[in-house]
Amino acid sequence: MHVDIRPEPFDPWQEVAAYRAVQLAGGAIGACAVFVGTMRDFNEGDSVQAMQLEHYPGMTEKHLAALVEQAITTHELSDALVLHRVGKLTPGADIVLVATFSAHRKTAFDACREIMEALKSSAPLWKKETLASGERWVAENTPG
Amino acid sequence: MSINVRFFASLRERVGSATLLVEAEGIRTARDVWAAVSDQPVDEDVLVAINKDYAALDRPVADGDEVAFFPPVTGG
Repeated sequence: MHVDIRPEPFDPWQEVAAYRAVQLAGGAIGACAVFVGTMRDFNEGDSVQAMQLEHYPGMTEKHLAALVEQAITTHELSDALVLHRVGKLTPGADIVLVATFSAHRKTAFDACREIMEALKSSAPLWKKETLASGERWVAENTPG
Repeated sequence: MSINVRFFASLRERVGSATLLVEAEGIRTARDVWAAVSDQPVDEDVLVAINKDYAALDRPVADGDEVAFFPPVTGG
């Protein structure tokens, strides 16, 4: 299991490939489900130029690790990789990667969704958008 | 001794500070910590963490604890 908060851009596809090559060599993994969240250039009807993502150093990592541990226990998931950007982002930048690995697809799909939804609703992370008219904190996440 | 208080995101901007030290004497719960740093009642949607774990407002706090207050989360 690996959880990381990244102040710099990352390529989620390279990250998944590298993790598989190093951590998951061998034949036990039959399924990998991947979710990648990317910054949009619109929100609530407004054009968004940039975004600042803030976290609570120490707690965010600890909380994400606990979410992954829980998914591993609940779903008998084999492994998971979770990365989340912080700092200044522009539209098109990837924000979050959740990759889950298991023997069979159901576990990988279910755990990927569950980790992502738990991250959205409970991980200490906050978005502040830059609009043409100024800045605003995002008040709540979209439902799905 | 004291309690280390932290604020994040919009709450940090509202308070005007990322961290504050509060004298631990007379402080029993996270709600007391809030009362020591703000004249306003705590908003219903404010989240609380004690030593980097989510906690209820009425959870006891101890000398040396880190108590954080922040708005609803919007990551992902």
